[in-house]
Amino acid sequence: MSGTPARPSPRALARQRRRLALSGFWRRYRRHRAGLLGLAGLVLFVLLALAAPLLVAPGDLSVTRAPHDAYQPPAPAHPLGTDNFGRSLLDLVVWGSRVSLTVGFLATLVSVGLGTLVGITAGHYRGVAGAVLMRVTDWFLVLPTLVLAVALATVLSRSTLTIVIAIGITAWPTTARLVRAQTLAVEARPYIERSRALGGGHTHIMLRHVLPNVLPLVLAQTTLLVASSIIAESTLAFLGLGDPGTVSWGGTLQDARRAGAVSSGVWWYLLPPGAAIALVALSFTLCGRAVEGALDPRSREGR
Amino acid sequence: MTTRTGSAVDGPAATAPAVLAARGVSVRFAARGGGGVVRAVDDVDLRVGPGEIVALVGESGCGKSTLARTLLGLERPSGGSVLFKGEPLGYRARELKAYRRRVQLVPQDPGGSLDPRHSVYEAVAEGLRVHHGTLPDEAVRVERALSRAGLRPPERFFLRYPHELSGGQRQRVVIAGALVLEPEAVVADEPVASLDASVRGEILALLLRLRAELGLSALVVTHDLGLAWNIADRVAVMYLGRVVEAGPVEEVLTAPRHPYTRALLSVLPDASAATPTILTGEPPDPARVPPGCRFHPRCPVLASGAAAEAGVAHRCGAEDPGPLPEAPGHGAACHYAAVTAERPEAGNR
Amino acid sequence: MNHLETRGLTVAYRAGGREVPAVRGVDLAIPPGGTLGLAGESGCGKSTVALAVLRLLPATARVGGSVLLAGEDVLTMAWGRLRAVRWAGASIVFQGAMHSLNAVRRVGDQIAEPVLLHESAETPASAARRAADLLERVGLPPRTAAAYPHELSGGQRQRVMIAMALACGPRLVIADEPTTALDVMVQAQILRLLKDLVARNGIAMMMISHDLSVLADACDRLAVMYAGRIVEEGPARQVFADARHPYAAALGAAFPVVGDPASRYAPRGLAGDPPDPAGSGTGCSFRPRCAVAEDRCAYVDPALWRAGPDRSAACVRVLPSEEVL
Ligand SMILES: Nc1ncnc2c1ncn2[C@@H]1O[C@H](COP(=O)(O)OP(=O)(O)OP(=O)(O)O)[C@@H](O)[C@H]1O
Ligand SMILES: Nc1ncnc2c1ncn2[C@@H]1O[C@H](COP(=O)(O)OP(=O)(O)OP(=O)(O)O)[C@@H](O)[C@H]1O
Ligand SMILES: [Mg+2]
Ligand SMILES: [Mg+2]
Repeated sequence: MSGTPARPSPRALARQRRRLALSGFWRRYRRHRAGLLGLAGLVLFVLLALAAPLLVAPGDLSVTRAPHDAYQPPAPAHPLGTDNFGRSLLDLVVWGSRVSLTVGFLATLVSVGLGTLVGITAGHYRGVAGAVLMRVTDWFLVLPTLVLAVALATVLSRSTLTIVIAIGITAWPTTARLVRAQTLAVEARPYIERSRALGGGHTHIMLRHVLPNVLPLVLAQTTLLVASSIIAESTLAFLGLGDPGTVSWGGTLQDARRAGAVSSGVWWYLLPPGAAIALVALSFTLCGRAVEGALDPRSREGR
Repeated sequence: MTTRTGSAVDGPAATAPAVLAARGVSVRFAARGGGGVVRAVDDVDLRVGPGEIVALVGESGCGKSTLARTLLGLERPSGGSVLFKGEPLGYRARELKAYRRRVQLVPQDPGGSLDPRHSVYEAVAEGLRVHHGTLPDEAVRVERALSRAGLRPPERFFLRYPHELSGGQRQRVVIAGALVLEPEAVVADEPVASLDASVRGEILALLLRLRAELGLSALVVTHDLGLAWNIADRVAVMYLGRVVEAGPVEEVLTAPRHPYTRALLSVLPDASAATPTILTGEPPDPARVPPGCRFHPRCPVLASGAAAEAGVAHRCGAEDPGPLPEAPGHGAACHYAAVTAERPEAGNR
Repeated sequence: MNHLETRGLTVAYRAGGREVPAVRGVDLAIPPGGTLGLAGESGCGKSTVALAVLRLLPATARVGGSVLLAGEDVLTMAWGRLRAVRWAGASIVFQGAMHSLNAVRRVGDQIAEPVLLHESAETPASAARRAADLLERVGLPPRTAAAYPHELSGGQRQRVMIAMALACGPRLVIADEPTTALDVMVQAQILRLLKDLVARNGIAMMMISHDLSVLADACDRLAVMYAGRIVEEGPARQVFADARHPYAAALGAAFPVVGDPASRYAPRGLAGDPPDPAGSGTGCSFRPRCAVAEDRCAYVDPALWRAGPDRSAACVRVLPSEEVL
């Protein structure tokens, strides 16, 4: 900053600081080799999902005018084999990534948003309000996730949105608990008292101090939750609660089961969607762990 | 009343209405583990005049921080009231916010008092943003506060984070954050306790300079009598939730009247006193305040029989000497001091 | 023979890819029964010296020079011998250790543990008796043995730490900031306890603090460190009252004498920032903060020179000026 007499505006300062923080974060993230692997896998799947309309012709997924014969083992024309209608499993997996990723992200957004809101509020207002919120959270927490999701999915219309809501509503209590615990820890720090003594109100403290300090945890939790949301989506679709009109990994697995693929040894029908689910979940988990590590202040000490 | 000697703010501070005052303030907590009350602060009178620096000293756990927090409205007194410029403090959100623009806290631990995710600039600007939103001249004010607090050149510190600062620099940032609102009084809780000896003098000199430049009033909480001697005009000695001796620093620290103050002075490492009076045990539990004079179980004067000679021993264990009323002169809440000090200068207390 | 002697002790930590020299050539000597105070601001390497004496430094530290404990070199000692020396030859009251007592074990058991480990003749019952004895020696009622750490106050916990350090009858006790964070009255209690123990049992002691007045009160000799080196050494009272090195003088003046009119409304301290341990240019490392620096300080790197009978200081001002040039 030498030689520049001009006073930088606060906004420029904030930008500069954010850039610094980001580059620091990336430097620390890079140290986790598994995290880089996860990130690569993730980028691959996201690109795949975005490029799906270019890779798969609309007619290729039609049940009635399927391009190949049914139950074909892997061959150059259909590298992963075909399903009971004669559709290429590669096409199904590529197309299915769209639904799986969308549902995964949206459901995570819902549950993390809700969980963070409830968690911070319950942690900040220590009185009756906080206690009531936590009781509600506990109630949701002990509800068996799958049962609630199944119930919701049956009551509401069978669409992708329903699945998002079902997963979002059942997954938030864990986040809320986690965020509340972290909020309590942050609220006990002396800088909160300093902020109060400066005249800061509840909103100020929650937004300016608590939120930034729980955000790393939330971010790590988000990446982990995406993985479990994708699994949950597949589970619901596998149980036949998904939108029958769309192609998803869970739905494909469910079709395979119904078609008797398990007993008739048509392994290529089961393996690709299963592996895709596992790979995406693994990628997100690896990323989540690396984010957690990169944001851990202890690992930052070394500078 | 005794005449005030050698203080930098003679006269006016004693008569003008106090900037900050506690009148009969008590703070009680429910004892941890249920049952009983903790009388952390018990009927305390205290005043900080305009441009005056008052030191509040006492052992760990005697209620200093609790009193300081109560003066800032962070704790609600269970009895008595806090006065700012003669007006009792209101506890509605808006009143508190307005109050906290004019009276600032410098918290106990400069390391923990800065949000690790806020840069120095944000930490200092926080008060401004809370009270005025984003001002066009925010950067100028932050810069001014930082250089007043001795961090120069200020721009060099804007983007630093707390972990990149030394302990002394952190304390200065905290002080700058309090100064940026141009308060009329500050309450500093152990401003140098966690700092190195070499940095200590710098921070104390800063407080003195701010008083000279801005006419700032300050209450400095500490367990360090040397600090009081270094910067304070008046000192109040607290024991178990009560102010037991108060007065001008020169008088209280060179001619202490309360046996507790004497003991505190005698254990200073370089005290000239031949035999230090080391009180045994820890300060007693504020959940079980002894009857009579609260200091009598540990009182060396009572134990040595001097109190019996003066004919007050029976009162020490039975009769509470009562809280020390707020007064500019030197006073001690002690039966023994009352009868022995009366003789040379009658009518003092 | 000195009980503890370090010769040219150096310690460098590897941190973030570079070496941080924390201790840069320290010579210390403590005779049997002697007490030495080690002073200096935060980060100057005091704890590092203490840890090096018992080879307790982390693996990232590189140690040079020698540390002789009762004539034996600790740095080259065999592992088994080192273990024996660690409790019986010298033991440490770690900085801030009173916060790191095991929260779920009774303090009596924690005191008895080293006794049981190091002395095969002891049975659990006799070790427990010894723990009770030790507690009594540090001024705590023997029933304290049954207490958990959270039931004790800061001062009581510090006494437990001292009892633990005394458990195996060491000939040297190193107390790293034993009274920091305690208030004046408890500090006075702990200091008196340490002084008594040392005098009564003829134990040698090294006490670390940044408060010169505490050390001057409790020790015979005083060494002041700055940036990993000793800059002044001598009889405690003399160093405190009349320091020859400007840094030692500033440290001594930081705590005023109550009642001294000169320090009224005149707190004294040291301007400037603590030195960067990694980077040191030429000349005296204290020069950037020194109020009395001269031209020659920019290129003379001062060593410990004689500065009067039985004392030394690393400042060119203690020399007659022609000697340096
Ligand atoms: N929220 C609380 N609930 C119950 N007891 C409390 C609470 N806050 C403080 N106390 C008790 O009140 C007493 C006074 O505490 P305070 O923090 O004011 O002491 P202090 O004089 O500032 O001590 P120190 O020098 O250690 O900071 C202590 O005994 C403490 O345990
Ligand atoms: N494990 C470590 N790895 C890297 N650097 C270290 C390590 N331990 C200490 N240091 C550095 O070595 C220097 C000396 O540290 P040391 O703990 O000896 O200081 P000190 O004089 O005891 O300070 P204090 O008074 O704060 O306890 C410091 O700059 C510190 O940052
Ligand atoms: Mg306190
Ligand atoms: Mg240390």
